[in-house]
Formats: sequence, structure tokens, C-alpha cells
Amino acid sequence: MSVLPQETTVSASSSTAAAETRAAKLMKRRSRIRFYEIIVWIAAIAAYFLLPSKMLILTEIAILALFAVSLDLVLGFAGIVSLGHTAFFGLGAYVAGLMALHFIAEPVTGLIVAGITSGVLGLLTSFLILRGSDLTRLMTTLGIGLMMAEVANQMAWLTGGADGLSGFSPGPILGMFEFDLFGKVGYLYCVGVLFIGTMIMRRIAFSPFGLSLKAIKGNPMRSAMVAVPGRKRIVTAYTIAAVFAGMAGALLTQTTAFVSPDVLAFHRSADVLLVLVIGGTGYLYGGIFGAILFTLVKDWLSVITPQYWMFYIGLLLVILVLIGRDRLSRWVEYLPERFSKKEDR
Amino acid sequence: MSEIVLETRNLVRRFGAFLATNDVSLKVERGARHALIGPNGAGKTTLINLLTGVLPPSEGQVFLEGEDITSMASFRRVKRGLTRTFQINQLFNEFTPLETVALAIAEREGVGHNLWRSIAGYGKVIDEAAALLARFGLSSVMGERTVILPYGKQRLLEIALAFASKPRVLLLDEPAAGVPEDERHEVLQIVADLPADVTVLLIEHDMDLVFSFANRISVLVAGAVFVEGTVAEISTDPRVKAVYLGENA
Repeated sequence: MSVLPQETTVSASSSTAAAETRAAKLMKRRSRIRFYEIIVWIAAIAAYFLLPSKMLILTEIAILALFAVSLDLVLGFAGIVSLGHTAFFGLGAYVAGLMALHFIAEPVTGLIVAGITSGVLGLLTSFLILRGSDLTRLMTTLGIGLMMAEVANQMAWLTGGADGLSGFSPGPILGMFEFDLFGKVGYLYCVGVLFIGTMIMRRIAFSPFGLSLKAIKGNPMRSAMVAVPGRKRIVTAYTIAAVFAGMAGALLTQTTAFVSPDVLAFHRSADVLLVLVIGGTGYLYGGIFGAILFTLVKDWLSVITPQYWMFYIGLLLVILVLIGRDRLSRWVEYLPERFSKKEDR
Repeated sequence: MSEIVLETRNLVRRFGAFLATNDVSLKVERGARHALIGPNGAGKTTLINLLTGVLPPSEGQVFLEGEDITSMASFRRVKRGLTRTFQINQLFNEFTPLETVALAIAEREGVGHNLWRSIAGYGKVIDEAAALLARFGLSSVMGERTVILPYGKQRLLEIALAFASKPRVLLLDEPAAGVPEDERHEVLQIVADLPADVTVLLIEHDMDLVFSFANRISVLVAGAVFVEGTVAEISTDPRVKAVYLGENA
């Protein structure tokens, strides 16, 4: 008589246990290393050996990639659109230049100081993006970017104004590795910083914090209703993104030994958005894929049509958007899912 | 002796010239199963929005456990134990049910700000999420994207998500709407099985559900409380019948 209820209890508790096992497995699978991630880093190292004459463009790609990955943290995760992300890139570039010129020539120190300075600017300006719609945010961030550009232009005594900042040369990295004429050390340095930065942001992406950012993007009203403090999370994410954008700027300064006012130019903010449109948002590596494609296409077009390459970049953008943003941000899902066999499916 | 958990005083909400909430003073006791009924457009959902901070009131105050929460942000109200479900699903389309529920549990446990540890490392959070999903019959779809789930499953997730915050006051906005007929009572049973000190305010159109579930009913008409009473009083009140018949006619 009592067999039946007992049986149902047992099966209920065992199904709960099964659910727990499955949930743990699914959660682990979320953050496992994907096939394309390994390919990216192997390719980055392989490029060093296989393309010794292309170090400069590869370095450019690595810097743009870090810049784009940092933007993805606010755009792809928290859903904050920005047209002024280069404010942080440019500030980092100038700070790294001023550090090398006046204080310490050692690049890693300059990199960290630049990151912190940009982070402070990110924290201060993050409060401006909390209110309003996407359009308000685009305008606010655009405004911040333009203001920074004008400040750098006017403070010529510090920044060199329109002439830019030069006359410094970065010292050996950590006092050990001297930058060489062919940019090989510079490339490895940038790839190293890109790798560390991406790994840090990847960790953030799979943390409860990262999940809550995606919830804010997905449905702000509901995320508040599960106790996510939206504003606080956006402030934090925006600040972290500013740190890495500033570091990307510092890398540019240190590998070129020059800061031009161009680091704060509007087109950089637009370029980095374009990079994410190409590479896809919300999974960080879109910044890397996008940077590779964008830079190579730009380079190739500027060789074949030196005067009209912008036209084709524009055309490409139009085609990409017509194909559809959704399909774009998911194209990577068509890549092989993982490196090993699918034994735990 | 019964303690008032949720109270509104002269709550008013205008949308332009339209009075959506008209001087509502409502008292909900701890552990109550309080139903809010009324014809379409009576302002039931607006009232829930005012209680949860989705909308600010034009006038009046909201109190949670004696504390004035009128201008408190939604997420803080949730932290204090007040949460809700939505009449129209408000879910995270790109999340899996597991991620959805785990997020709410992580926030409730105060680990949502941790940006260094993988969420997979929070075994307790994940176990609880799995158990909750199993209770709502969602364990088979826990790894699917929410947006591709059938509507009934999404509806269950909507309610499970509110449960994940372990509310002390739960506002349910037509929880059974869209749930297949044969699962409706199951859903309401899970709600009824909540601990006795959890207060539930329910908006529902299905009168059978309301009468079997609630111990107190407020009837809202044109934004104002029309009548309030026990199930027996409301179910026999000729004026209430008139309001509903008037609507149907």
C-alpha cells in the first residue's frame, strides 16, 4: 500500500539529483575553452614565425583587437552603445607617451598607469551613460570623445597639440626585452597583453557578474526584478572596459614611439564599432576576428584603390548590416563547438 | 494580531488625463492569499507596477513591512523580499532556463557582483537552480535557449524565476494565463504550497482559481478599490456580479 507514494518520492528525488548533475555539467560546459579560441592563439604565435615581414600590421591588429574586446564588454554584454570609446584609448595613449617622456621608459609600468588613468575616466563618465536610451548614450559618448580630442589639441604644452607627442623611446620591456627594428618584440608584447586582457575579460564574462550584465542587456526590467543592481553593474563594466581600452592605446604609443592626436579621432570610435559588427558581439572573440578582417580588408583595399578604399569599407558595412545583425553575431556558432569529442552531450 | 506586510496609502497614478490608479489604499496581511480581480483595464497591472517600482506613483505611498518604499529602486525591493511575475513573460531570451534561475539565486545570495569566479563554481546555486527547475517540470529543457521554448514552458519559467528570489511577498500577475489547462492547478498548487508566512497577491481572471486559492479578495474597478472582502462575501456580492456581467455584456 505504501509502496506507491514511496516510489514517487524516490523517483522525484532521483530526478532532482539527475537535474543537479546535468545542471553542473551544463554550467561547466558554458565556460569551457572553445575550438576557435585555441586556433586564435596558435595562429597568433604561428604568425610570428611565418610572417616575419608583417609584424607591423599584425601589431596593429593585436592593438585594435584589444580595443574591440574591451568595447564588447560594454556593448556585447551590458548592451551599452558607445561612439566615444576612443576617449579611453586616446587617454591611455597620451598617458603612456607622457610616462615614457617624463618618468619611466619601462613599458609595462606605462601600460598599467595608462590603464588606471583611463579606468578613472571611465568611472567618472560612466554616470553619464546610466540615463536615457541608446540614442542618448551614443550622443553622450560621442560628446565625451570629441571633448577629449579638443582638450588634447588645446593642451599643446602637455600633449604637443596637433604635432603630437614624440621624442621618447620606450625602454626594454620589464628591463629585459628591447624593442627591435622589425617590431618582433613589439608584436609579442602586444599579443601578450591582448592574451592576458582577453583571458581576464573572459573570466569576467563567465562569472555571475558577467551573467548579470547579459541579463541587463537582455531585459533590464526583469533583471531589476531578480535583484540585479543595474547601474552599479554598468558602472563597473564600463570602468573595466575603459582600463583595457586605455591599455590598447598605450600599446600603440609604445610600439610606435609616437602619439598623434589621431588617437582621439572620431573615426577610431567608429572603426572599433565596425570591428564588432564584423566579428560579432557578446563573446569577446568577435573583437579579435573583427580586428583581423577589418585590418586586412582595409590594408588590401588601400593597396588596390588607394583613393577610394573608404567607399568599399562603407559598402562592406552596408552589406553586413543588410545580412542582419543576428546572423552576424552568431556566425561563430557554426564553427566546430569544441576541441575534444562531444562525449558529454 | 495579524501584521500588515504590504500597504498602499492613497496611491494615485495618472497617465496624462487618464486615472489608472485612483486613491488605492490596500492592506495585505502576512501570509495572506490575497486576490486582486476586476474587469480589463481596471488598473490591476498598474497597481502591481506601482508596488514593485516599475512605475513611480503620481501620489501616495507604498509600505513594505512598515517601511516607506515609495521611491525605492525595484532591485532593492526585491532584496527586501518583494517580487513579482509578469502578465506577459519578461524573460531573458538568449539565456537558458538554468542560467535564468541561477542568476536570480546568485543575486539573492549576494554573489552576483563576483566577477572573478566562474558561475560553475557555485555548486549550491546550481543545485538549487536545478531543483527549482525540476519542481516546475523544466529540467528537460534547462539547457535550451529560452526563446525557443514553447509558451507554456516559458510561463512556468516566469513563475519559477520569481520563486528563485525566495520572496516574502509575491505578486503574481495572471500566472495561469497561457499555461495549458491541465497544468494550471499544478502551478497554483506550487504557489499554494509556499510557506504560510509568504504573502501572495494574485491577479487572476479564472474565478474558479481565485475562489479556490484566495482567502481575501479586492475588486478593482476603474482604478479604485470597488469592494474588498472574504471569498464568501465577494462570491455572493451582487455588485461584483454586475461589474463582471457588465463587462461581458
